[in-house]
Formats: sequence, structure tokens, C-alpha cells
Amino acid sequence: MLKTIAVAMLVSAAGLMTAYAQGGGKVTVVTSFSKDVTDPLKAGFEASNPRFTLDVQNKSTSSGVKYLDEIKANNQVDLFWASAPDAFDSLKGKNLLAKFTPAVTGLPDKVGSYTVNDPDGFYFGFAASGYGIMWNERYLEANGLVKPAEWSDLTKPEYFDHIAIAAPSRSGTTHLTIETILQGEGWDKGWGTLKAMGGNLQQVTERSFGVPDAVNSGQTGIGVVIDFFAFSAQASGFPVGFAYPSVTTVVPANVAIVTNAPNRKGAEAFINYLLSEPGQTVLLEPSIRRLPINPALYAKAPEGFPNPFKDARFQSMIAFDADVSKKRTDVVDTLYDQLITFQLDNLKAATRAIHDTEIALAAGENAQARALLDEARGMIAAMPISADQAASAEIGDAFTGGDQKTARQAELEQQWAAFATEKYAAAKAKAEEALALTQ
Amino acid sequence: MAYALSSPSQRVSSRPGQMAAVLLIALFLGVFLIVPAGTVIYTAFTEKGTGTFTFVNFFDFFGTDLFVRSFWNSVYVSGMSVVWATVLALPLAVITTRFEFRGAIVIQTLGFVPLIMPPFVGAVAMQLLFGRNGTVNLLFNDWFGFKLPFMDGLNGVIFVQSLHYFPFILINLSTSLRNIDRAMEEAAQNLGASGFRLFRRIVFPLAMPGYLAGASLVFVKVFDDLATPLLLNVKDMLAPQAYLRVTSVGLTDPMGYVISVILIAVSIFAMWVSAIAMRGKDYSTVQRGGGGLSRRQLGPGESVVAYGVVLLILLLVLSPHIGLLLLSFATVWSFSPLPDAFTVAHYGRVFGESSLYIKNTLIYASLAGLIDVVVGGAIAYLVLRTRIVGRRWLDWAATSALAIPGVVLGIGYLRTFYGVTLPDGTPLATLWVMVVVALAIRRLPYALRACYAALQQISESLEEAAENLGATKLRTVRRIVLPLMMGGLLAGFVTSFSTAAVELSATLMLIQSNSDAPIAYGLYVFMQSPAGRGPGAALGVIAVVMVALCTLLSHYVIERRQKANGMAK
Repeated sequence: MLKTIAVAMLVSAAGLMTAYAQGGGKVTVVTSFSKDVTDPLKAGFEASNPRFTLDVQNKSTSSGVKYLDEIKANNQVDLFWASAPDAFDSLKGKNLLAKFTPAVTGLPDKVGSYTVNDPDGFYFGFAASGYGIMWNERYLEANGLVKPAEWSDLTKPEYFDHIAIAAPSRSGTTHLTIETILQGEGWDKGWGTLKAMGGNLQQVTERSFGVPDAVNSGQTGIGVVIDFFAFSAQASGFPVGFAYPSVTTVVPANVAIVTNAPNRKGAEAFINYLLSEPGQTVLLEPSIRRLPINPALYAKAPEGFPNPFKDARFQSMIAFDADVSKKRTDVVDTLYDQLITFQLDNLKAATRAIHDTEIALAAGENAQARALLDEARGMIAAMPISADQAASAEIGDAFTGGDQKTARQAELEQQWAAFATEKYAAAKAKAEEALALTQ
Repeated sequence: MAYALSSPSQRVSSRPGQMAAVLLIALFLGVFLIVPAGTVIYTAFTEKGTGTFTFVNFFDFFGTDLFVRSFWNSVYVSGMSVVWATVLALPLAVITTRFEFRGAIVIQTLGFVPLIMPPFVGAVAMQLLFGRNGTVNLLFNDWFGFKLPFMDGLNGVIFVQSLHYFPFILINLSTSLRNIDRAMEEAAQNLGASGFRLFRRIVFPLAMPGYLAGASLVFVKVFDDLATPLLLNVKDMLAPQAYLRVTSVGLTDPMGYVISVILIAVSIFAMWVSAIAMRGKDYSTVQRGGGGLSRRQLGPGESVVAYGVVLLILLLVLSPHIGLLLLSFATVWSFSPLPDAFTVAHYGRVFGESSLYIKNTLIYASLAGLIDVVVGGAIAYLVLRTRIVGRRWLDWAATSALAIPGVVLGIGYLRTFYGVTLPDGTPLATLWVMVVVALAIRRLPYALRACYAALQQISESLEEAAENLGATKLRTVRRIVLPLMMGGLLAGFVTSFSTAAVELSATLMLIQSNSDAPIAYGLYVFMQSPAGRGPGAALGVIAVVMVALCTLLSHYVIERRQKANGMAK
């Protein structure tokens, strides 16, 4: 019995070897994309490359990265395929990705303000997605809310406790949006906006898909999401709407070949297919609805399909500085967690007090109360560290597990959390003091 | 017969056979639990930058407000969940075992189903029913103009956890109640005890091993569970904190592993406390197989009350599954008490692939359950019946599996077994057998507690008698201990089997191809897109029905055995 199994294994292994040699066989891809995305592309790839079959392994982005790291000694995976560029960057930093020059040429270098491909040729953008605001129509109607149009709307009192967002430390795409706001508005003002929005949050989810899920089911009214979540929900019949704010960000979704891929030829064929016109056309399907990276295809797109290469909303963002972003990625994520995610109750209590005072002031202005209120807002916006500190090696190294003996992450986190707790409590007290003056 | 008065009876000294058993189990636990988990968790004890051994990370843990708050929140939630789970489990267990009650088997099975909560879809279904804009709250808002925060904050976690894990108490308590000798009860009745006094003084104390086994499992499981708090967006508890830190991209923070160590320590401590509570008490009875407690006939009035209570509890604990069923037939369900329309299309979509998933799940979960019962039964025997060195360590090591997050174990397996290659070059870790072993390790504590409780109820005098009559140790185990433990072993198997059938976290790391995937993985793949919600729910329903059928079957077997024994007597 055992012998038969062993022989069968050897035979099948030998079969695989010959298949690889002829440029065929199984192409293994680790991906975070759902079946709705992978199935049509798998079908298209196998139809145009009949000798290959695509074996899809679904893992969340973070498990995928961990997985590739753990199996590198005897790698069996050909491709990594996911949205978040930071995951690819992390893999590239660990030498887990292989260089490649796709056969498809003539694609643009930039979409919106982001560079499409890795400048060193390790990973490639194959689709773009824009960030925006998604809402549940029934929820808004039941709560008497108007559709939000701009990011700044989300800081208004009427949206208090109606908004969801994914934690940037858990969602690479949310991280890019946060980073874009910080680069666009500057460190201090940007954090002010983020925290004012944070005070209105109902929940900070730990998965990107948690936000559209909550909006779809009506548990929350408004979500900050990436466009295809909303488009595919609409395609499935959910009563949801979506809008790009006048300033938005476009982020690429990527694909890369893994170092020592067992079927390198197959991996190359897949990337070439993904970037080719037939592959790009599949992206327009209603269940996928991602923005192709090939500008020519928008001619085929259905009515109302956004075009990031023409649409002014996607061009208006300032140029995104990838170096700045990279230096402080972990610091920004941890700050968001410590100041907003894990402080949500305190932040909301302070924000509610500010909203109440603001409403009272709208009825009758009071200069002294206004001054106190501004002071309270300043306290919420205050940051424990400056932009320069955030980018410094001293603080950055605490998060990378670098060889230098620096401050430990836990120490920094505790300092920042204590800072936030104190400031939010003080802000709440100030706002309440102001409210008392108006009565 | 020696409740509460006998001193610990004399234990037999160790023999070569027992020594071999200890070594084998130690080897199993060492290779598949301690080494893999250790390769990941040792980070907790290293200093950043230098990699030298240190405890500084633990000082950091206690110096961080968030972690200290999380710790106490977890303790509070676990304690309260035990209380509420008891409130749910006690009436079901007592009514179905102490009274002539039609459909007792069905109730035992249904009462067990909440444990089988498929990942993701279960969460969505709960939110759609009890969430802030779920069915119940939308109706309350329409009718009375207010909403109840069932699912908000720590109370929400307690609510969901007690619904989810009360079967641990139900199944262990019921098994214990069935095993109580009728003569004890009759003796008490002859002495004039009846009603609540009889229950409080005789029945409940005799069922104590089962209750404690269940309650300590609920406590530890709630303490270590990360899925429920995360689905309710409660992040300031320990297990979610560990998970969030271990699974962040690119970060190499040791705190996630530090928290894992703390989780393990607390789990073992809780089990130790429950062992202390049992110390010095002997709950075993000599007589066996009397069909358990005598079953009273219910009067008409009592019947109404009993059925009312049972139905109410079942409705509450099964509501997530009712929601799941609705979801699997729903076209669109959004901000409304019920779905907009119904369809069977979702079942059509999963029909083709589900047979493969079902086959894999059945193979993996039943093999895992089998391993658990064998290893768990052996550990329980060694701990309770021998004085062999290191037996407690086996117990604690096996129990610590409860506290190791699935993803940590998954990474540990990759790290330990990926380098080991088979003759054709494929890594050992990619074989589906590794998924089975991982599942068995993750669910071993469940089976262990059940075996433990079953053995505690058997008097050693029965074994001594057998040995006096010349039976060898092995023969005694085979002819006396095993048959008498059968109910408990089956309870352990069922618990391990059914929870392994819906396990995802370790599986997600280890599954290498779609053809090896169990049903939980199929669910995961669907639940990443809005269009996949219905098909995901349909797969979830299939999983629940499948596991419930297997459970029903084993209850039927237990019941049959009990009856057969009763006849023989």
C-alpha cells in the first residue's frame, strides 16, 4: 500500500517536472481576492493559456505575507496577488519577490498620484481603485440623514456614531488613504481631521471587508471604503450608494512573482495575461468592477464607470511621496490605533461634548464659550510627536525589530495612549465648561 | 459510594506500560504542540535588538494601561459568561435527564448546535438579528421607540459567548447526570429528601465533575476566544489584542506573543483551580448503568412549564442559526427585520463544490476527534489512576492548547514542518494530515475535560475488584474502565469533532490547495465579497446540519447503550 502511494507520488512528481519543462502545469497563486474576482480571471487565463491551470489559495493579506515568509526555504508558491502595496513592499524588503519585466508595454506609469509599478520591477499594478464614502440608503432615510459628499462632512455633528472605517494597521488601502490625507493637509492639520472624523466613528473594523459588510447589512450607515466594495454590493442588489469626494486617492492593486517560484514560466504567463487587453477587460465585469490600468479600455466601460486617467477628482491630489510614507508607515498606523482605535470611547465622549456645545452655540453665540470650545478642539488635535519625530530612525526602529537597541514599541504605545487619554478627558471637561456658559 | 468522605484512595504505582504511554503522549504533545508553538512564542522572552533572554516584555505588559484593562475585561467577561451559560444549560440538562420528556434526544442535540458556529456567517447572522439595527431592535424601535444594546461592548460579548459556549456545560453536565446511580437518589428519598433539596444535596454534587469540566472549559474558552470580540468590534480584551498584534503586516512586536504566554498561564491556572475545587472529594459511584437517575413523569402543569422553558431557551440559543438559515435563503437583507425576498439560488451555487468540502471536513474532523479521545482518555487515566511522574504536566500541556491562538499554531507548524520534505520534495507541512493533527491539538482540551469527568465518576473499587479477580491492568482498562467511560468518551468525541469541523484560524495557514480544503475555508473564500454572503450562509447551513446529524447519531448511540445496560441490569 505504502509502496503504491510512494510510486504514485514519484510518478506524479515526474509528470509535473515534465509539464514545467514544456511551459505548462499548475500555477499556484496566493491571493486575498474573493472568488468573485479570482474565478473569472482564472477562467480567462486558462482559456488563453490552455497548458496552464491556476491553483488559487485564499489567505488574508497578512496571513499571506506570513505564509510566504515561513515557507521561503522550500517555496511552492508562484505568485502573490493582493491589493495593499505595503504588503508587497514588506515582501520585497524580505527578498521574497522576484524581478520581472512584463511583455505588455505601453501602460501608464501613474494612476492618480500613485506610481503604478514598483520602480525596481518587483511588483506590478494591474488595477486601480479609488477611495470614497459608501452609505446604506435605508439607514440614512430611517435616521433622517443626508448623503455625505466630502471627507469634511464626516466630522459634522449629525453623523456622530454613524460611521465605520477599517483600522489602517489592518488594511493597507485604508493606510494609504490616511497617509494621503496627512501628506495633503500636513501632519498636524491632517491628524486634526482624522481625529475629528474618528470622534464620529461607530466602529473601527479589523478587516477591510468589515466596513462594507456592516454598511450592507445596515448595522452602520456610512463607511469609508474602496470603490469596488460598493460597486459589487450594488451589483448584488444591496441598497447602498457610493460617492468619490472631490479629493480622493487612487490605489493600485498588485501582483508579483515569488522568489524561487516552482513554475516561473506560468507565473510570467499569468502576469502577462493580467496586464493584456483580454485580462484587463475582465476587470470591468459587474462582480469585480475594478478600474483597469489600461486607459484604452475605458471606451468599453459601462456608463458612469469612473476613469481615473481623465476624471479631475483623481488628479487633484498632491503628488504622493512614497519615501515619506515608507519611513513612517508603522508609526502612523500605531498612532492611529493608540489615539483613535483603542481610545474610541474617550474620543467619542469628548467629541459628543463638543458637538453639544456647538449646537448650543448655534442657537446663541457666546465668545467666551467659543474660545473654550476652540481650546477643546485643539486638545483633541494635539499630537504626542511631530512629523519629524515620526520619520526619525529612533522611533521608526522601535517598530521594525531592527538590530539597534531602541525604545520598545510597548513603551511608546503606552506613552501615546496616556497622552491621548489625558488630552481627551481635558477636552471633554473644557467643552462641558463651555456648554455650561451657554445656558 | 463514598461521596465527600473518603480520603484519596491508594493509587497503583507506575508500570512499564504506563511509562510508555506517558512517553508516547509526551512525544506527541512535544512534537505537535510545544515545539511548534514554542518556536513562535519564544519571541516573548527575547530582548529587542539583541535577542537575549529577558522578562522586560512582561513588565511592559503590566505597564501598559491597554493591556491591563484588556486583562480585567477578559476576566470579567469570562466569569459572567460562565454564570449565564449555567443559567441556560442547567434547565435543559436537568429536564432532559431527570424527567420523562419527549424529544430529549432532539433537545440534547439542538442544545449542542450553538457550538457549531461557522466563522464569519455566524457573526453576520447575529448582527442581522441582534445588532443595533438587527431584526429585534428594528421591531423594538417600531413598537416601543427604543433599542436594546444586546451586542454593544462587553455585555454584547457576554451575551454572544454564553449562547455560543453553554453547550460545554450542557453536554458535560448531562453526561454526569446520566451516570449518577439511581440508588443514591432513592436512598435520599427514603430518608425524606425531595424536590429542590434532593437536587441541591444529592444530584448536583454528584454531577459536580461534569459541571466543573464544562464551566472551566467555558471560562477558558471565552478567555481565549478572539472571534466573538472581534466580530463585535470589542478590541480591549486580551485574545483580540494578541491576534491583532500577531497578524499585523510587517510588525515584529513581541507583545502579541507575550499576551499568548499570559493567555496560556491563565488557562492553566483556571484548570488548576477547578482541579483544586475537586480535591479531597470523591464523586465516584460504584454502581453503573442503572440508566442514570430515575426519570419522573411530569404532571400536566409541570409539562407546560417544562416545555415552555425548554422552547424558550432553545429559541434563544438557536437564534443565530435561525438567522443563518434566513440569510442562506435571502436575496438582500439590509436594515430590515426580514430579508426582502427568498431564493434557493445560493444553494445551487455552492452545490457543486460543497461535496468536496463536506468530504474533507468529515475526514479531518472525525480523525481529529478520534485522536483527541484516545490521547485525552489516556491522559485522564494517567492523571487520575496512576502516580507516574509528570502526569500533571501532560494535562497542563494539553490544556495550554486552548490558549494558543490558531494562527500562532499555524505559523509554528509551517516553521517546524515545512523544512521536513517527503521523498518527492513536497514539504511535510503541505500534507492534509498536518491539518488533522493541528485540529486535534486545538480541540484536545475539550475531549480531555470530558474524559476526565467521566473517569472521576467511576469508583476505583470496581477496577480493584477486577484486579483482585486476576485481571491484568490492560484487561481491566479494556473490560471495566472503557465501557464505563463510554458516555464521556463519546461526549468528548462529539465536542472535538463538531468544533473542529468549523475551525478556521489554524486551517487557513495550512491549507495548500482547494482540493484539500474543509468547509470553513470554503466559507471564508465566499465571505470576502457582498455577492458571496448568501452562498457562504448556505455553506454554513450545510456545515451545521452535517455536524448536527453526526451529533444526533452519537446521542442516539449513547441513549441506546444506556437503555441496553438498564435492561441487562
